[in-house]
Amino acid sequence: MLKGKSSKSALIQITPKQNRNLFLKGMFLMELLEGEREIIVEHVDAILKNYRNDRENLIPILQEVQGRLGYLPGLAMEKIAKAINIPAVDVFGLATFYNQFRLNPPGKHQIKVCMGTACYMVGGQIALDSFERRLNIKEGETTCDRNFSLERVACVGCCSIAPVVVVDDIIEGKVTPTRVDGIMLSFETDSQKKKNEKEKCEEEGNQLWVQFLQKDAMKN
Amino acid sequence: MGAVSTERCYEKLKSKATEKIESLKQKPVVWIGTATCGKAAGAVKIREAFKEEITGKGLDARVIEVGCMGYCYAEPLAIISKPGFPTLCYGHLDEGLVKRLVEDFLVNDDPCFEFAMVALESNDFFPTFTDFPRGVYEQKIILEHCGFIDPEDIDHYIDREGYAALAKVLTMKPEEVLAEIKASNLRGRGGAGFPAGTKWEACKKAKGSVKYVICNADEGDPGAFMDRSILESNPHQVIEGLVICAYAVGATGGYFYIRSEYPQAIRRVKTALQQAREKGLLGNSILGSSFDFDIEVFQGSGAFVCGEGTALVNSMEGKMGIPEHRPPRLSTSGFRGKPTVLNNVKTFCYVPVIMRKGADWFKSTGTPSSPGTAVFALVGKVANAGLVEVPMGTTLRQLIYDVGEGIPGEKKFKAVQIGGPSGGCLPKSALDVPIDFDSLQEAGAMMGSGGLVVLDEDDCMVGIARYFLEFTQKESCGKCTFCRLGTKHMLEILNDITKGQENELASLNILWELAEDIKAGSLCNLGKTAPNPVLTTLRYFRDEYEAHIKEGCCPALTCKHLITYFIAPEKCSKLCNVCVGSCPTEAIYTREDGLKAIGQEKCVKCNNCLKACPPQYNAVVKLSPPELLKEKESELK
Repeated sequence: MLKGKSSKSALIQITPKQNRNLFLKGMFLMELLEGEREIIVEHVDAILKNYRNDRENLIPILQEVQGRLGYLPGLAMEKIAKAINIPAVDVFGLATFYNQFRLNPPGKHQIKVCMGTACYMVGGQIALDSFERRLNIKEGETTCDRNFSLERVACVGCCSIAPVVVVDDIIEGKVTPTRVDGIMLSFETDSQKKKNEKEKCEEEGNQLWVQFLQKDAMKN
Repeated sequence: MGAVSTERCYEKLKSKATEKIESLKQKPVVWIGTATCGKAAGAVKIREAFKEEITGKGLDARVIEVGCMGYCYAEPLAIISKPGFPTLCYGHLDEGLVKRLVEDFLVNDDPCFEFAMVALESNDFFPTFTDFPRGVYEQKIILEHCGFIDPEDIDHYIDREGYAALAKVLTMKPEEVLAEIKASNLRGRGGAGFPAGTKWEACKKAKGSVKYVICNADEGDPGAFMDRSILESNPHQVIEGLVICAYAVGATGGYFYIRSEYPQAIRRVKTALQQAREKGLLGNSILGSSFDFDIEVFQGSGAFVCGEGTALVNSMEGKMGIPEHRPPRLSTSGFRGKPTVLNNVKTFCYVPVIMRKGADWFKSTGTPSSPGTAVFALVGKVANAGLVEVPMGTTLRQLIYDVGEGIPGEKKFKAVQIGGPSGGCLPKSALDVPIDFDSLQEAGAMMGSGGLVVLDEDDCMVGIARYFLEFTQKESCGKCTFCRLGTKHMLEILNDITKGQENELASLNILWELAEDIKAGSLCNLGKTAPNPVLTTLRYFRDEYEAHIKEGCCPALTCKHLITYFIAPEKCSKLCNVCVGSCPTEAIYTREDGLKAIGQEKCVKCNNCLKACPPQYNAVVKLSPPELLKEKESELK
């Protein structure tokens, strides 16, 4: 699950095959990026200091860890289990029992499709299908570049503008596949724009100036 | 001695609060509904726009955030009160309208009646709530203040007789309080309708000096948002009810168990608790009496089964939320093994009003066996979606056609799904069933926590049953075999039916059998009620199941695998290209003769072309069963 060295102390050992099974359930454990390990340890230690280390505080601790890191890395769960002095499998069991906890890092942009009754009835599934098609992932997964993650959520409480999609905390009402395309396009153009602007500043800026001077000279 | 000081303590709080509210009323105030539903509709933008306009014009007016009034269909909403004018409510706001309201009403004294929805108090200019059918049928006990007071300022609640019941209760004996609640016959609003008084009495009689009171706000039904709305709009009424309950049963600690999916409710409850502590309404010697009590907030982690009492307690103890066998009931051995009272948000909400106005007053509303009101989140195919509170005994017809103003778009009513995933679907013939715990149970549905979804002719009943079963199947904790595997088996059968892969009518009998077994073989109410949506749809809409199985046809044209999209050539305009552009998979092409057609192998049935086709043509149609397509195509040739 985690790269290399920690395996001796690791209480949760997940074989590649198990990982593959989890992957199929949308609960795959992604490999840690460089430097991520230190960040996790630092945050978890800080959080554990704030709580009395008994089982009753387990859920609040997990909630805070997820609040800070965005998900529950295996490493964090092991550390928490040790601190509370319970088997790591109990922590892992709890994290997989409750819907709130996620074991894979969220994407940079989170897309949540509402599947409350009202949304389902007027095409929530259609919106979800469209996102799955566009992003090429299933619900509960994150794209490989960690840019987008897709989730289905229970009612977000805006049944009057169903079907609803929450994109990075912005609520989009009455979503159709066309709107899905629009949302994705706006992400693409945004990143393209940023790229272009950067390039423009660095290179084209000078060229444009040169062109302008040339034109000016021709007129005269 | 104690009684006198308690009353004096309260009066001091009250006069301070009244003074504050009176001074507030001297100036124009804009009240904006910013519960989650309002925010979703853009209330934050509206609030900023109001603030900007008001400061830009240099006006002396305040902008206050309130909760939800229950008129979700008209969000974002604002109420404007200005001395000398009737207080008016405006719906469907946008930034332009905000500009106009500030300019015309706040600056120039023209209340813009053309945009107003309703007036809050009777006047000579504009109709009030009671002049609309909805206002006639609605009777608000627990939603009375929701949307009209600032939930983040305790003085607003105190000014409206808030905490008066607590002051009164503290001068009474706990036995007297309990007797009053028992006399009121208040039934728990969590769904099952267990009498609250009986529960409290058992807890009071239980041995032990440490007892707990927990408020269950783990509202997990998809499509229900009553508890959220109450906690976001008027948290103090729930807190007051909780404290009164604690006094009656002799509890030492209190908890709110709120879903973590409701961040705003959690924030507002925490603020409210803090303010109550500052005013001496929580903590040591409440209102100068000898009663000590405090409340904490626990955040649930998103498991539907945790609405069940024993599962909720397990989850608070840091375990998986798995229900336990009862007895022992929570009232004798609950949280940390101590006697515990667990009631729903709405149940606690009634308590202060009952204590203030008396059990007889409470019983004058509703039916003898189910006194009081029922709160529903009215959603689905209904014109005026929102939060409604009607007396028990109101019929479904009144609720849907008078309060909700019927079904939009001249569609036909098909069914009403009541009680969420544990409830059932009732057909047209059941529209005159009165709403109360017992009548609904008889009809095959249940009160549930109060989600009410209206379905019209475009909704497939098999699909709806499948949707709810999928939900309960996912949320099943896995303890009981029947619930864990039985629901899965049922779901597989339903999946096959909606995909047209089931050709045997006998499968309906298997469904029925499984449903009965799951009901009998499950420990908690999640399992016991999970088959209800399937059972009621089988009972009332068997013909739809049969159509799926025998003809491979979905009568409501919604089951994706049983329909195809087709562009009717006689209606299609050769000059229009909208559908081609709308198709996300480029399945639609232009034929040689200029007409449009759908390449079925590419079509993902996203419904986009049907929506895109201009209404004057309406050329895209759905066909079910898909075999009809061949007929149509052969006609073409």
